[in-house]
Amino acid sequence: MIHERNITPGMANVSRRAALLGLGTAAFVLALRLPVQADESTGGADKKYAGAGMPNGIRNDPKLFLSLAPDGTVTFICIRSEMGQGVRTGLTMIVADELHADLARMKVQQADGDEPKWGNQDTDGSRTTRHHFTAVRQVGAAMRQMLEAAAAQKWGVPASEVETVNHEILHRPSNRKLGFGDIAAAAAALPVPPPDQLKLTDPAKFRYIGRDDQKIVDGFNIVTGRAGYGIDTKLDGLLYGVVLRAPVYGGTIKSYDATETLKVPGVVKVVVIDPTPIPSEFMPLAGVGVVATNTWAAIQGREKLKVEWNDGPNASYDSATYKTELEGLARKPGLVVRNQGDVDTAMPKAVKKVVAEYYIPHLAQAPMEPPAAAARIVDGKCEVWACVQSPQAARERVAKRLGLSNDDVKVNVTLLGGAFGRKSKPDYAVEAALLSKAVDGKPVKVTWTREDDLGHSYYHTVSVEHLEAGLDASGKTVAYLHRTVAPTIFSIFKPDQQHEAPFELGMGAVNVPWNVANLRVENPGVEAHTRIGWFRSVSNIPHSFAIQSFIAELAAAAGRDPKDYLIELIGPDRIIDPGEQADGWNHGEDPKLYPYDTGRLKRVIERVAKEAGWGRKPIQGRGLGIAGLRSFASYTAACVDVAVSKDGQISFPRVDIGIDCGPVVNPDRIRSQLEGAVIQGISLATLGEISFKNGRAVQTNFDGYEVTRIDAAPREIHVHIMDLGSKDYTRPLGGVGEPGVPPVAPALANAIFAATGKRIRNLPIRDQLAG
Amino acid sequence: MISLTVNGHALQFDGDQDMPLLWYLRDIEGLTGTKFGCGAGLCGACTVHLDGAAVRACQTLLKDVAGHKITTIEGLSVEGTHPLQVAWQHANVPQCGYCQPGQIMQAAALLRETPHPSEAQIDEAMSGNICRCGTYTRIRSAIKEAAEQGASQ
Repeated sequence: MIHERNITPGMANVSRRAALLGLGTAAFVLALRLPVQADESTGGADKKYAGAGMPNGIRNDPKLFLSLAPDGTVTFICIRSEMGQGVRTGLTMIVADELHADLARMKVQQADGDEPKWGNQDTDGSRTTRHHFTAVRQVGAAMRQMLEAAAAQKWGVPASEVETVNHEILHRPSNRKLGFGDIAAAAAALPVPPPDQLKLTDPAKFRYIGRDDQKIVDGFNIVTGRAGYGIDTKLDGLLYGVVLRAPVYGGTIKSYDATETLKVPGVVKVVVIDPTPIPSEFMPLAGVGVVATNTWAAIQGREKLKVEWNDGPNASYDSATYKTELEGLARKPGLVVRNQGDVDTAMPKAVKKVVAEYYIPHLAQAPMEPPAAAARIVDGKCEVWACVQSPQAARERVAKRLGLSNDDVKVNVTLLGGAFGRKSKPDYAVEAALLSKAVDGKPVKVTWTREDDLGHSYYHTVSVEHLEAGLDASGKTVAYLHRTVAPTIFSIFKPDQQHEAPFELGMGAVNVPWNVANLRVENPGVEAHTRIGWFRSVSNIPHSFAIQSFIAELAAAAGRDPKDYLIELIGPDRIIDPGEQADGWNHGEDPKLYPYDTGRLKRVIERVAKEAGWGRKPIQGRGLGIAGLRSFASYTAACVDVAVSKDGQISFPRVDIGIDCGPVVNPDRIRSQLEGAVIQGISLATLGEISFKNGRAVQTNFDGYEVTRIDAAPREIHVHIMDLGSKDYTRPLGGVGEPGVPPVAPALANAIFAATGKRIRNLPIRDQLAG
Repeated sequence: MISLTVNGHALQFDGDQDMPLLWYLRDIEGLTGTKFGCGAGLCGACTVHLDGAAVRACQTLLKDVAGHKITTIEGLSVEGTHPLQVAWQHANVPQCGYCQPGQIMQAAALLRETPHPSEAQIDEAMSGNICRCGTYTRIRSAIKEAAEQGASQ
């Protein structure tokens, strides 16, 4: 692809605003809020799935997304944010294959945030490729047919005699050809053929889709330092801002003194950011902003601020106390969210009962590029440059806070230096707009320091997962009870939200495939005391860690091989309607197209087991652990080979991870996403924890909030993509960005058990194996 | 007033000499390839070369680099053809890419000192550079590939 050497800050990945855009107005939110039973009562007749169910839907208009220059260069507009998942590369491969274009002659341009124009832009939920594959194919095919029709008119030949090969339109009978640029204007004047008249390309003729050696679009700019992220935004007359925020969620300013701040050379202005009443959604926290002529001066000025805070209702939030509260709740009956058979009758009859509790702490996404945004206001119109996963959400929030219409706010989307869910919440874009407004609309870039990021994240939830099972004389599970207790993401949107939302329960809590007659899942309620937000793979993390660890504990109790036990618990190959699992959400997908297919799950588990050498002769101090589940409409399994030293240090000779995500678009980016998921899974399992004391996050930087570094990374990561090479592109696509994360932590804990006999039930592992 | 050389250009600055080199490069000189990640020397995103050695620009004060030569990612090669930049693209190392300039600058300093590092030497030299996307196994591969191509030159 053509390198944009004069790069505008350009593009990001993971899941989040999910659907929550426009809470209170968007139908999608209402759908999320409906209990499963009510949803079923309508027969699902009015329910929209996949991209059609997202706010503003999905577009397939070639005139919207493609432009052809006279020299034949094709520019494709990417409407989703690039955060490392490879969306700019993957979507361009798809359009190139249908356009029969030469990828080397294509450019990618990043769309601004404008959903009424572009369709849904939420880059989250591992949805971009699965929701856009068909639409982008249609974009490419329609433009190709328009080019062919225009050429046919020019030549006076039937369109059926014209074809497009590698960026040229050919009429073989007369041996004539035209470049895209030669006919672009005429093609653009033609009507767009409707979808039912499109001739999609035979997958056997794909030149890019499915190919494993595609270089990423932004590679050259990244390795030369030219790639533009939100934090890199440059504007004429740019000022630089940082904000001192209320350290406790819901806190307000009691008093402040900026006298010393204003003496710092370079400081231009001190700006009060009014609090947003809690729940504060995506709006800024109360704070005092410092605007200066460079970031360093702003930071120096901020250090000299004297602020007294009213800490508000969350002033006493304490992780240790909260853990005790969660444990107490998990040991008592709670709201039943799935029930089949009769657990209360079956459990006492069991020959053996196993009970275990797991704790998974808060995490911060901590993308390497912290939140950052620039804004300026000219003639009553605000323009923003920001690394956001949800540019429309940013636009709406900026408009609301400034009292403008959405049309008077433009959000330019840069590249995202990682996101992992943090950047679906655009509070920092609103801050930039407020700082700009305070300096008469001059451009201001707000940069979050790492301390800001870790102190004011939208934290991954914290939970206690309580599991009980009854085994019969043969070791078979005959009764299964799971209580999950965790503050919900919904708590940032509405008051008094105590229960996990359907989309949280549907991330592996209720929708377990176990072939067990008596099964109940409960969700005792609990209040949130900090901002809870999406973190890559979201509630799958605690649910999967607990459940997949517990299954291995059951295997141990039954004296069985954990992989065999897992496979047997999944049971015979069958297609399960997610509704039968009390999962009315199903990642927003049509249950008929996306049922729970236990055969696919078992195959990916067996594949990683085989590749990892499951059943090998025991090695002293080494162990294999396995886990496998469905998430984001894909099936993933991981097998971790851990080495535990005598002093309890762990290392990873090898990790195998497999995915069945249906049809494959860009194998290299699937591999890279799963390699990264292994690292992120190991990081959160071994080191990750944000704790709270007096309402404040305790960890402030990468010394306290440690993350996995290269020396602790596995020596080898082997990624196995199911059905790689298949040309069947009729099957529905699954997600890729997130599903790799959930199996890693439990596979690791199960490997440690295999190596040492010690069972990890509290994350992070840290030094639990020492001594 | 201090004088320093950045990517071969002689520069002068008469502002706050206690400003970390990072913010001077980014905000004053517009060299945004050097990234802010932690401000505390914990992540390596801001790695540049000071007279050829890798340093963290966020922990290097301007007054301490007066008269010295700084190389940033923008100056590592004129056309982006340093063997590490080539190997990085060949292995498709980056995901989001944000930490990669710092990774490459750290790796370049490693190969200058140790043209053919072992995997343990790679891990040791690179352990100060965090990648949240988790590109570590590809970073190892790319460094080995560049070493074979003679990146120490």
